[in-house]
Amino acid sequence: MKAASMVPVFLVGFLLVFAATDFPEWGNPQSPASDSPVSSHFIGKTGVDTEVPNMVTAVLADYRGFDTMFETVVVFIAGMAVLAILKNSVKKGSVRRDHEVDAEPDLIVTNMVRLIVPVIQIFAFYVLAHGHVSPGGGFQGGVIMGASFILIALSWDLETALARFSLNRCMGVAAAGILIYAGIGIFSMFLGGEFLDYAELERVLPVSREMARYHAMLGVEIGVGCTVTAIMFALYANLSSEGKLEGGL
Amino acid sequence: MFEDGAILNELFLERLNYLIYVVLLLIGLYAMIAKNNLIKKLIGMSVFQTAIILFYVSIGVKEDATIPIYLPEHDPHGEHAHARGGPEALSRGQVATYANPLPHVLMLTAIVVGVATLGLALAVSLRIYQGYGTIEEDELLVKLEREDARTRKAEFPVADSPKVESKRKPVAKRVSKTGKSKK
Repeated sequence: MKAASMVPVFLVGFLLVFAATDFPEWGNPQSPASDSPVSSHFIGKTGVDTEVPNMVTAVLADYRGFDTMFETVVVFIAGMAVLAILKNSVKKGSVRRDHEVDAEPDLIVTNMVRLIVPVIQIFAFYVLAHGHVSPGGGFQGGVIMGASFILIALSWDLETALARFSLNRCMGVAAAGILIYAGIGIFSMFLGGEFLDYAELERVLPVSREMARYHAMLGVEIGVGCTVTAIMFALYANLSSEGKLEGGL
Repeated sequence: MFEDGAILNELFLERLNYLIYVVLLLIGLYAMIAKNNLIKKLIGMSVFQTAIILFYVSIGVKEDATIPIYLPEHDPHGEHAHARGGPEALSRGQVATYANPLPHVLMLTAIVVGVATLGLALAVSLRIYQGYGTIEEDELLVKLEREDARTRKAEFPVADSPKVESKRKPVAKRVSKTGKSKK
């Protein structure tokens, strides 16, 4: 079995190395990835089209908005599926496994976390809201926000974290995030454009077409951030407790 | 192409990034094919995913180029843009000073979606462990086989050989299908 599995592995390896000799050299500015009309358009026109300094955010939320919307839906569906798979799989407080021990939350750890968590959450909002201008955006800010709740669950126990962000609220926030994203897309459809054509939002926003795209991108990123925050925490809460939603790590 | 070590020279000096990605990808592929433990398979899947991310990121590298965020002189809201009365499209020479944003965008979403799908895979293997008490693939196949035999016995208590024969084939197919989805 093990020896036989080496055959496809080495076959794939040979093909990939064989193909690698035709790939562009490291950092070659003439390589197709760097010299294609698509990337030149993104780099050259982002400032004119959307007035967003961070091209990554502009491509993510505007030019490839449809793709990003369904990436967010994938994250949401994965979280829902984890919930569905693990819900009621083990009865609450039934069998105690070997690694589960009773321990008081540590004084030093909990006090440090008490100091750190607000800073982490403010930083998450900064990364989310500043995603146009500096590295950041909905996915990154959402992950940082979710990490702050995971930190609470790690240092106290899961009940403490769930009292602040219960699983029902989690799924509500995750669904609301996708509704915000799709709602902005559909709203721009009602205003006469195409789905996710943010420029049409100029009719309701007191700004130019370019700045309408700029602000709509922020709305979309907030939607992504909500979904990612909720799903990251829901994943941790379910996986760490086998769906029981109680106890420490 | 093959004269005295030219291909090795090319692979190890000029295209080392591709060699690293191929090696990582093969490690992941081997783990996914050969390992018995479902968690080890998932680790292989993550290594595989990392190799793809490395591949995209290394393709996005551009010599003498900065990150794809406008410098102050090209900033649409900066003083330079105000002085000219609005942002302008970049010239060809200016475009060459920025890295391509597309690989970064693709990998940014791929990482988060990868975490979510990995969580789903872990949940499935957790459920398998709760149901069968093992996540070793060979033991699982034996247990599934046994369970199928038991249900077959319950459905057809009288030993009716042609009927059992006709029943066995679709059952065997189903076992192989579940084995695939676990990977």
